[in-house]
Amino acid sequence: MSAIGLKFAPLQSRHVLPGFKLSLGFTLFYLTSLVLIPLLALVLRPASLGLEGFWDAISTPRVLASLRLSFGMALAAAIIDSIFGFIIAWVLVRYRFPGKRLLDAVIDLPFALPTAVAGIALSTLYAPNGWIGSLLIGYGIKIAYTPWGVLVAMIFIGLPFTVRTVQPVLSELGLEIEEAAATLGATRLQTISRVVLPMLMPAILTGAAMAFARGAGEYGSIIFIAGNIPAVSEIAPLLIVTKLEQYDYAGAAAIGVVMLAASFVMLLALNGLQSWAAKRR
Amino acid sequence: MKRILSLLAAAGLFCATAAQADVTLLNVSYDPTRELYKDLGTAFAASYKADKVTINTSNGGSGAQARAVIDGLQADVLTLALAADIDAVSKNGKLLPTDWQKRLPDNSAPYTSTIVFLVRKGNPWKIKDWNDLVKGGIQVITPNPKTSGGARWAYLAAWAYAEKAPGGNAQKAKDFVANLYKHVPVLDTGARGSTTTFTKRGIGDVLLSWENEAHLALKETPGEYEIVYPSHSILAEPPVAVVDRNVDRHKTRAAAEAFVKFLYTPQAQEIEARNFYRPRNQEIAAKYKNQFPNIPLATIDGDFGGWIKAQASHFGDGGIFDQIYQPGK
Amino acid sequence: MTAKFRKPTEDPIWLKALLGGLAFGFIAVLLLLPLVLVFKEALAHGLSAFWATMTEPDTLAAVRLSLTAAAIAVPLNTVFGISAAWAIAKFDFKGKTFLVTLIDLPFSVSPVVSGLIYVLVFGAQGWFGASLADHNVRILFALPGIVLATIFVTFPFVARELIPLMVDQGRDEEEAAATLGATGFQTFLRVTLPNIKWGLLYGILLCNARALGEFGAVSVVSGHIRGVTNTMPLHVELLYNNYDYVGAFAVAALLAMLGLVTLVLKSLLEWRYAGELAAMHRH
Repeated sequence: MSAIGLKFAPLQSRHVLPGFKLSLGFTLFYLTSLVLIPLLALVLRPASLGLEGFWDAISTPRVLASLRLSFGMALAAAIIDSIFGFIIAWVLVRYRFPGKRLLDAVIDLPFALPTAVAGIALSTLYAPNGWIGSLLIGYGIKIAYTPWGVLVAMIFIGLPFTVRTVQPVLSELGLEIEEAAATLGATRLQTISRVVLPMLMPAILTGAAMAFARGAGEYGSIIFIAGNIPAVSEIAPLLIVTKLEQYDYAGAAAIGVVMLAASFVMLLALNGLQSWAAKRR
Repeated sequence: MKRILSLLAAAGLFCATAAQADVTLLNVSYDPTRELYKDLGTAFAASYKADKVTINTSNGGSGAQARAVIDGLQADVLTLALAADIDAVSKNGKLLPTDWQKRLPDNSAPYTSTIVFLVRKGNPWKIKDWNDLVKGGIQVITPNPKTSGGARWAYLAAWAYAEKAPGGNAQKAKDFVANLYKHVPVLDTGARGSTTTFTKRGIGDVLLSWENEAHLALKETPGEYEIVYPSHSILAEPPVAVVDRNVDRHKTRAAAEAFVKFLYTPQAQEIEARNFYRPRNQEIAAKYKNQFPNIPLATIDGDFGGWIKAQASHFGDGGIFDQIYQPGK
Repeated sequence: MTAKFRKPTEDPIWLKALLGGLAFGFIAVLLLLPLVLVFKEALAHGLSAFWATMTEPDTLAAVRLSLTAAAIAVPLNTVFGISAAWAIAKFDFKGKTFLVTLIDLPFSVSPVVSGLIYVLVFGAQGWFGASLADHNVRILFALPGIVLATIFVTFPFVARELIPLMVDQGRDEEEAAATLGATGFQTFLRVTLPNIKWGLLYGILLCNARALGEFGAVSVVSGHIRGVTNTMPLHVELLYNNYDYVGAFAVAALLAMLGLVTLVLKSLLEWRYAGELAAMHRH
């Protein structure tokens, strides 16, 4: 069996079901032609720079600052989304109130709303003359056109992921353990923080990782609300676009490769996390 | 190959002139010309008798548009914000000869413009000239010169002002421009984005704007803004060009060349003036002279040694604009 | 159960109020306000201005283009999703986890990069650009490029929904059918499909919503030709930049409504077939 190595071949020679070759063949063909070959073009493009050139392209202070901003804010947004994702999932699963179904439907809005529309709407709201911005400016808080604008946009687009990963797991979690904890004298808060939360942790981490990956790559909504000042509020995807417009394809692809590698590592970690969680169960 | 191309082109010409055919031209233009080329396209379609012409337009940041054409956007005509972007199409895409700018009169720019200040009603900060922009907490709105053509003209206008001021030199100009960009809270990717930031979002005290864009903002919201002409600005020449490789492939050369020549006719010059672009035609310029105050203007060729040089030293990777934005400075 | 005694698994009232308030407040400020704003701006000059934008030829062209791109991309990704789920759920082979990771990959790639990769492959300076131009084949800045970018960003949606669902359902039923002499196609149609139909529909809905709304990736490959290669999200940007704020928000409202219809359909599905859908989220 192991002699086959990494080749895609069924482990059991006796399989009754038909269509293995057809379905896997089509899957691999479609995946290769539409995703892998184009991604290969991205990975190979900076090769013209050489290793040193590649390093130079991604290690300028401005590129590093933008990567720090994109990934740092994405991390912050993922943490905030995880906290509120848990709270919202808890409210949606455990409480009964009128309009619950509507609230549940609205969660996916950032997913369905085009990012450009989200960006225009958010910048209209958070600008100093907007509904929210005008309230905050009284306290000297500025959101739009500062790095905090980046954070708001990332929180917006990441929320559905954190709610949607926790919600199903929570709804399947039996009440018995909580009852047991309560019988043993734990307060409600202790039960939630010491019993429920640890059980939800894999789901919360999965959601956070997805929100993080999505936020780090986000472009459409952020450019409207961030100030786009180099080294202050300029995100990495914008720098890719800027480099493209200077006909620096290799430099643009170099930043793209860094972001792609980050997503890939993220996804691998995610899959590892899921199998770990599956084993734990 | 070339011979085949020219044969094809000749055949195309022949077909086009033999009978009135349907011709579609794609005009790839920069950001603030949306209204202008809508009017010009309609007027040209009505006056051009050889074919039934439809002109499609694509608008966007000048650099982004040039990049799209290099990547294969099938532009028949380019009408961009500055010669450097058409140079790039010539150099990186090999779609038109390097001497394209000599093929039409006036550096291939049928109209010109300049950079002016748009301030809020009553000019509360009494902004009169460039040196007022770097005072105290004044906030200046201008797009990113890396992605916007208008922003590059604005940057060079500021540079020229500082360099030409009494006791001015290149170092002082650099310091002035660096200081100016410290007063910029938002760098949008295009001229229209900056106008929106200034007008709709209420950010900033002054917008460095194309003259035509500033007039349009006045027209859209009368009484809310004022235009201030600085003591010195720059002669912005937005050039036009036929994209040889594409028109030969599409067999649209005749119509495309007629279109760019049409931009110099009195009829088109009148439309350009009405859209707040400075016409080249003397008579029409005289007719609209109240609309376009006469101020001293630096030129790209006279003061900066041409676009190829200016582009590399100011806006290239690691150029002066990049040096302004070194983190921690 | 009397009102006096709270069940041990029920939260005290102050905690309910706190968490409920936080959840409501967060959703209201973050999600509902932008939505309200879109509709308010769209109707700022009344219904007639809204309608005028909707019936403008360029708007109609954008709607048509977006629907066409989605009509090509979504079925293709659906066939792919079914095929990938069938291979992964019904058979054992090495490298499966790696394959699943690759299928997930487009999901976390920046939209800008998604557009860029097709420029690098099909652009005039890219791998196949020159030969495509010689044969007068247009991929970028035309429908094929827009469809490719749309396929990329919506790539994993159907597969992601189906894989866990089909893994969960196992292979016993299909194997029984096959043993009884059903062909592969019959087995799929009569046995598998009824089991996965809701998950499949759910995946298609999400895929469709994202396909209609994609901005970043499509923006890179579209060329922004008014009335020709502008999709609905790009048309929003164009109108917004034309000082036509009412028009921009009108098209945005139309997109938001399409999204909301999708969300309501999805909620109805979840509500009616909660059991089946829950099964696929167990992973």
